[in-house]
Amino acid sequence: MTLVTAPTPGRPATVPTVAGSAAGPAQPLSRRRRGLPNAVLGLLGIVTFLTGWEAVPRVGLVSTQFLPPASAVLRTLADEMGRPAFWTAVGDTVVAWALGLAIAFAAAVVLGFVVGAVPALRAFTASTAEFLRPIPSVALIPLAALMFATDIRSTLMLVVYAAFWQVYIQVLYGVADIDPVAEDTARSYGLSRWSRVRHVAWPSALPYVLTGLRLGAAVALILAVTAELIIGSPGLGQSIAVAQSSGATADVYALVIATGALGVIVNIVVRVVERRLLRWHSSVRGEVTV
Amino acid sequence: MSAPLSRLALRVAQILALPVFLIVLWWYLSRANTSLFVPTPGTIAGVFGEVWTPERLRTDALPSVLRLLAGFSLAGVLGIALGVLIGSSPRLRAFSEPVLEFFRAIPPPVLVPVLILFAGIDSTMKVAVIISGCIWPILLNTVEGVRAVDPVLADTCRSYGIRGGTRLRTLVLRSASPQIMAGLRQALSIAIILMVISEMFAASSGLGFTIVQFQRGFAIPEMWTGIVLLGLLGFGLAMVFGVVERRVLSWYLGLRRAARGSN
Repeated sequence: MTLVTAPTPGRPATVPTVAGSAAGPAQPLSRRRRGLPNAVLGLLGIVTFLTGWEAVPRVGLVSTQFLPPASAVLRTLADEMGRPAFWTAVGDTVVAWALGLAIAFAAAVVLGFVVGAVPALRAFTASTAEFLRPIPSVALIPLAALMFATDIRSTLMLVVYAAFWQVYIQVLYGVADIDPVAEDTARSYGLSRWSRVRHVAWPSALPYVLTGLRLGAAVALILAVTAELIIGSPGLGQSIAVAQSSGATADVYALVIATGALGVIVNIVVRVVERRLLRWHSSVRGEVTV
Repeated sequence: MSAPLSRLALRVAQILALPVFLIVLWWYLSRANTSLFVPTPGTIAGVFGEVWTPERLRTDALPSVLRLLAGFSLAGVLGIALGVLIGSSPRLRAFSEPVLEFFRAIPPPVLVPVLILFAGIDSTMKVAVIISGCIWPILLNTVEGVRAVDPVLADTCRSYGIRGGTRLRTLVLRSASPQIMAGLRQALSIAIILMVISEMFAASSGLGFTIVQFQRGFAIPEMWTGIVLLGLLGFGLAMVFGVVERRVLSWYLGLRRAARGSN
């Protein structure tokens, strides 16, 4: 899996990224909205969507065998949530995701800082990174299946490979973006190498590191579920494959909604972490751009 | 006169040194240890030509790539069109955002079993899977980009009476293009994943199917050639995309360089 070079995908507006500042100033906050508040409109959107989903199979546009009405799927989801097997699957997916992301993140941050700080290393590794990064991690599926079969390690292999590049590339950008004046100032004040990393390099690169974490977290979940779906290592993906092959359509939909909910939770958690750690940064950034 | 030459030599060394070292290391390790799963690079290179004959490339690889391109471009057209529509109206955006965010959060591969229900396992299903997976980053990035159009430019357009297609081309799509391209880049890698997955999960032909067949038959070197081919495909598509992106965003990259220079 390969996302990204310079203009950072995801939600460029929320965090100062490479692309964020240049796409024009953010919308003025002063624009007043009349009518319904956004939260109500959003709720209305969800209700409309669910009503549409309920109506389409009931009216007979699509057979209920292919698309059970929303109420039936939600009931199945509630049933699933009462079963321990469901929570075991959720736990397996979350463990593989978290472990894989943690390994990839640690490796990428350490390597990224070392390589980013030494120009010669950076020059000599660039071609290899540029070649390996776009290799789709799903290409490793057969290898993982052979080496680890349905063990969690086959999931980890895919997750780590995919998430690593996301974080690594962002860390490199971050280290390249360190303000030379700040670096020189720290140097002339006699800060040691370690405290320069701690007080200058790390905070400067942090927004990029966290963007990498956000992208990596999403990609890691995709690959965790993919490995479960295709290789059959335990988790939500495997449950979906089993439900599909046994013709339990409502269960397939219920589990897809469950993975979507997991994705939403992952996004929210990462965004909260990002906002907490960058509280200081966003404010500084705001002053400068004005 | 020798300075540029030695700089060139250094550049070539920088590009080639590590890859050559890694391949030699791989060769050495795979020769020393007779692991069943990791053949030497020589074996893989030798088998590559036998496995991926022009005939096979035409029947297995080409249809996969065409499906990938079809799904990706349809998702691009749909995503940008819907994104412009939703992004231009704050109320429509507020209305649709929670649902869209949820769809974006669903890991795209789980859509494969769902879409098999509707479309069976033919090409339509695979293209549908690719579209349904990679439309979300394009759509949501377009919405963000359109939303962030510079209000001064928007007002300028209004006072010059620029509207309709001209406004769309010269203002909206232009200023959203950095974010649209970022969305497209993300979508491209999702498209490759989905192309492979949809063929691995259920198919009777295609790149993903062939590779899984090799793996199930324990044809290890053949399987590795498939991995290499997928890697080359990913690399090639990323290169092409990079060229297109640099062309489309040349105004933007130039603007950024100028902004940095004047600081």
